[in-house]
Amino acid sequence: MSKTPLQFRHNGRDVAIFVDGGTNLLVALRELIGDMTPKFGCGQGGCGTCSVLIDGELHLSCLTLAETVAGRSIETLDGMKQGPNLHPLQRAFADNFAAQCGYCTPGMLMAAKALLDRNPSPSRAEVVEAISGNICRCTGYEPIINAILAAAGGRASA
Amino acid sequence: MAVTVKTFANSAEAAAVLSSDRGARYLGGGTLVMRALNEGDVSISTVVRANDQALARIEASGPRITLGAGVTFARILGERDLVFLHAPARSIGGPAVRNMGTVGGNLFAPNPYGDFTVALLALDATVAVQGGFGARDIAIEEFLQSRERQSGALVLSVSCTRPTSAEAFRYRKVARIKPKGGSVITLAAHLPISGGRIAGARIALGSMAPTQIRAKAAERALEGRILDAATISAAASAVTEGTSPSDNALGSAWYRREIVGVHLRRLLSGQE
Repeated sequence: MSKTPLQFRHNGRDVAIFVDGGTNLLVALRELIGDMTPKFGCGQGGCGTCSVLIDGELHLSCLTLAETVAGRSIETLDGMKQGPNLHPLQRAFADNFAAQCGYCTPGMLMAAKALLDRNPSPSRAEVVEAISGNICRCTGYEPIINAILAAAGGRASA
Repeated sequence: MAVTVKTFANSAEAAAVLSSDRGARYLGGGTLVMRALNEGDVSISTVVRANDQALARIEASGPRITLGAGVTFARILGERDLVFLHAPARSIGGPAVRNMGTVGGNLFAPNPYGDFTVALLALDATVAVQGGFGARDIAIEEFLQSRERQSGALVLSVSCTRPTSAEAFRYRKVARIKPKGGSVITLAAHLPISGGRIAGARIALGSMAPTQIRAKAAERALEGRILDAATISAAASAVTEGTSPSDNALGSAWYRREIVGVHLRRLLSGQE
């Protein structure tokens, strides 16, 4: 079966790849571009660890047909750091012990970024809602919620 | 396994492929079809898409509103004219699923999903479908009863009644995980009032049968009555009639039958 050429922006850089029909965006990012930050969790849309931003909007890369992102802008955790410095959300996750095994962390950070990009001063309830599609099985949600609120607070005072 | 992806500029061309190729499935938001592909569903050999702007249209001004099949739940939540549909839209998935999942796809979502369709069923929706022989409108109840045979047709849009007041339409999803989780049961009630009495009662249930169903015995108990405690009790007692829930990880069939009357009573009496 023939491959389809696909071009899109990946963390601010133009990329061009060839995908098999039916390839999902998660496989394209991990196996064809080498960006290992979005994780494979359930493959069903239930866990959220494959979350990425497509044109700034939170999507599940495992349920996104790769061909549908042609010409669009994809942001993953790999593009979150600011030069040599961690993004304020990453710094807040570290400071608030919001990652234990770390498997949910890429999705949590992208969901949090999607929230703060749209709403820089969210309430606790809005943070809970924003990460409601992301499952954590070991850290516990409280440190994650606190980290996102801390990042929002730091951003507001900066 | 690689599949063939066919993308069309208009929905009629996409519908023609769907009706002629048994292995073709329409890709909307991806939450059903991509999941099936990820699970290795070999019955899908062709994925069909249409970039038709008509599929993303919202007409929300009149007494009946129309949602293109490709309208996402996030878009519904952004529409002030669709406030009555915000509760069902918000009850689906997390933000990412709401950015992806569509009104048309929800019609095909099996238990414990398909909550938005429960709301549409209570609002007397009609489904506009493009098949091999042209477009037609189907009452949503009929559509759901023949859902297994509808995969060869393309859903274009869904139209439903706009409730005349906020109290006339009520929705409740019972889930074990909050704010996100599959449905234990889902209920929607449309109770238009005419001259102080209920006229045209609709009660729709999710996860109480293989597809979303109307609780017609409960509707009969409400029709023509004043919404008082006696009427609500009669409807709650009758609501299991005609249901055939299943066991799953979220609840047993027995449990669903036990609680559906309790939740209908709470929904109709305005309790949390």
